[in-house]
Amino acid sequence: MRQQFQLPGAHSSAIDRRLSALVRHLGDSSASSMESQNPNQTIYASVTASFNGDSVFSNIVRAPEDPILGVTVAFNKDPSPIKLNLGVGAYRTEEGKPLVLNVVRRAEQLIVNDRSRVKEYLPITGLADFNKFSAKLIFGADSPAIQGNRVATVQCLSGTGSLRVGAEFLARHYHQRLIYIPLPTWGNHPKIFATAGLSVKTYRYYDPATRGLNFQGLLEDLGSAPSGAVVLLHACAHNPTGVDPTLEQWEQIRQLMRSKGLLPFFDSAYQGFASGSLDADAQPVRMFVADGGECLAAQSYAKNMGLYGERVGALSIVCKTTDVASRVESQLKLVIRPMYSSPPIHGASIVATILKDRDMYNEWTVELKAMADRIISMRKQLFDALRARGTPGDWSHIIKQIGMFTFTGLNSEQVAFMTNEYHIYMTSDGRISMAGLSSKTVPHLVDAIHAAVTRVV
Amino acid sequence: MASRTAISRGILRRSSTFGVRSVASWWKNVDPAPKDPILGVTEAFLADPSPDKVNVGVGAYRDDNGKPVVLECVREAESKIAGNLNMEYLPMGGSMKMVEETLKLAYGENSDLIKEKRIAAVQALSGTGACRLFADFQKRFHPDSQIYIPVPTWANHHNIWRDAQVPQRTFHYYHPESKGLDFASLMDDVKNAPSGSFFLLHACAHNPTGVDPSEEQWREISYQFKVNGHFAFFDMAYQGFASGDPERDAKSIRIFLEDGHLIGCAQSYAKNMGLYGQRVGCLSVLCEDETQAVVVKSQLQQIARPMYSNPPVHGALIVSTILSDPDLKNLWLKEVKVMADRIIGMRTALRENIEKLGSSLSWEHITNQIGMFCYSGLTPEQVDRLTNEFHIYLTRNGRISMAGVTTGNVGYLANAIHEVSQSA
Repeated sequence: MRQQFQLPGAHSSAIDRRLSALVRHLGDSSASSMESQNPNQTIYASVTASFNGDSVFSNIVRAPEDPILGVTVAFNKDPSPIKLNLGVGAYRTEEGKPLVLNVVRRAEQLIVNDRSRVKEYLPITGLADFNKFSAKLIFGADSPAIQGNRVATVQCLSGTGSLRVGAEFLARHYHQRLIYIPLPTWGNHPKIFATAGLSVKTYRYYDPATRGLNFQGLLEDLGSAPSGAVVLLHACAHNPTGVDPTLEQWEQIRQLMRSKGLLPFFDSAYQGFASGSLDADAQPVRMFVADGGECLAAQSYAKNMGLYGERVGALSIVCKTTDVASRVESQLKLVIRPMYSSPPIHGASIVATILKDRDMYNEWTVELKAMADRIISMRKQLFDALRARGTPGDWSHIIKQIGMFTFTGLNSEQVAFMTNEYHIYMTSDGRISMAGLSSKTVPHLVDAIHAAVTRVV
Repeated sequence: MASRTAISRGILRRSSTFGVRSVASWWKNVDPAPKDPILGVTEAFLADPSPDKVNVGVGAYRDDNGKPVVLECVREAESKIAGNLNMEYLPMGGSMKMVEETLKLAYGENSDLIKEKRIAAVQALSGTGACRLFADFQKRFHPDSQIYIPVPTWANHHNIWRDAQVPQRTFHYYHPESKGLDFASLMDDVKNAPSGSFFLLHACAHNPTGVDPSEEQWREISYQFKVNGHFAFFDMAYQGFASGDPERDAKSIRIFLEDGHLIGCAQSYAKNMGLYGQRVGCLSVLCEDETQAVVVKSQLQQIARPMYSNPPVHGALIVSTILSDPDLKNLWLKEVKVMADRIIGMRTALRENIEKLGSSLSWEHITNQIGMFCYSGLTPEQVDRLTNEFHIYLTRNGRISMAGVTTGNVGYLANAIHEVSQSA
């Protein structure tokens, strides 16, 4: 029962019904036992009396660890000095340390030292400057949709929050409550959409044989989707595989989707982080906007500005007209208000400060490219080292894939082996975060992979 | 890079010819949403050009000059924080340090319940986020339950439990004739609710009425809750802000804890630490034992994960920096008392000013009520007159945010209230 509860959203409504029935059954039995204890008896309340009744939540079972965040939990528990965390996608320097960008520090100091700044509630839709500049960042300053004033943008809690608010909006206002997500995708995607009330189906994406894109499968699956279905697209640096379509392939996807009236929902968590260029990484999104159609885009500043814990992101809905965009924005507010009223101010203030100032913006692009370049260099080092070691298999996917993650192709037994024997922490699907690697730790990883591939099948 | 740009330019040219201009918007049937009744007041206020305008709408503290305040303890904490720490993800349950300090405020500095680790607690997005997490949790694990909500209550409470798909019922609370508590009807509703019902209670400084049960009344409510086996969920958004003393403001909760109730509690730092925009709060659920607390916490995290993954770090750092430093904590306690005292002073001033104008009505409720809000008793029509004729902005339920009252505007406000109320 516990196991099943974790399946992707396609099954969750059935699972929820079964689980609800179970809880109701258990709830009924505890209620009847309470009644049998003489409801007319006066309960004597005293300062020292402890409550003898059951908790109303005593029938709850413990939830399993989140598969991704649970990796770091396990890593932290490990006392080994050679342990390596390749789980969560948070950037690390060559020294293995988290990084706060210099430009972010500068922006933060400006904010903190500005005594005239207050920390009042933001509007429900968030910081206006932040929204304006975020839309420009993803769609391009000269975007026809922005020029035409037909984009509704709301500040949200990073990528997760943007996806959730978008999904809730779709569940309430869109005629098709079906979303297609790529196989595989980030583990939290199906939960976000299912919790919001959408049905989730998958489309083929990753080809284990080539460790690249299953383009035929993708086209077939999207081609057979019902008209109007929503399609989740990773804007760049697909998580977890690192496999992105080429621009020509994106163009074919766009034509297919538009011809079938499928609604694009972009998840852009790595703009600038994939290739090192903010504009290049936004091309797929801009192609769709350029054709005049509508789409949704969730943006995160967690990785590309290193603002992880500040939870900064934005949801944009590109609409046909200004009037529609304005009505859409008003409805987005109704989703947000009962969830958390208004978004947090600090991270968005940092982003707005940077995006507004030409020097700071340029400084940011330089630091961003440095992060992307280090990742690319780690890919090369890992690939070269595996080849030099003679580790069986074709490892060229390591340098073909893009972004923070490499889908190694290792299976869950091999992953478990690497964790137990070599103290290497990664998600059981074989995904490693290249950001967690350094020149010093590449040899240890190579040893582990080599051992796993030769000893565990 | 150059060839990629050329390719993409080519594709962009092609895509604009294979356009979708003929397809109508997916969203043409989306209706404009009604404005939020509370936040809409400030929008209207900002748009008003009158020099006499007064904003007694939204519940955000103002000093005697009508200016927002950033507490000194917050400024000090922020300069300590900036530049020193990284911005990594917090765990799904948030900053444990912040949560621990926050539990002490609600449950008591030396609470055995904390020592015994019986409280499942997670950082939440201020009071709203804490209520929403609980509402979703209640729906998931008691899908057939309802929530009993006082009449009136903060408007967003209804939205929160509605979006969590928990059906709502109401219980009597405010007594319009006395502008106080309708205690008899409240107790009747508590007695008549089916055994094991879930109730939303305002721990102190009820929003919007400012009417709180007395200590004796809280004891009776707690006793009746025990008889009926009801679940008490406390929304505590104003601890420290009501009386000026956080311990005193937590009395209702402590009474329930003494009586052995396994409560739930939402706490917010928006007002009492002035951290409004940082969205810092905490949701706690008191369990039978440590094992159960671990289980419940794990499930609360499961609700947070598909909502926002993990909560924002900055505001939590401010809170934990202040509360774990004895000097900063003392500074905070002083500053909270200053804010509460100013509000109490303004209540006295407003009442006296109206009475001096010779009003035949009773205005003692202004000083009987507590916290940021005063439920004036004015009708929506009278409120409209206040706004249209006097440029005074408040919500149409007659709720006045005392935080917006200053020595500079109290006379003007009293006069306007007297004007619109004497011709009732």
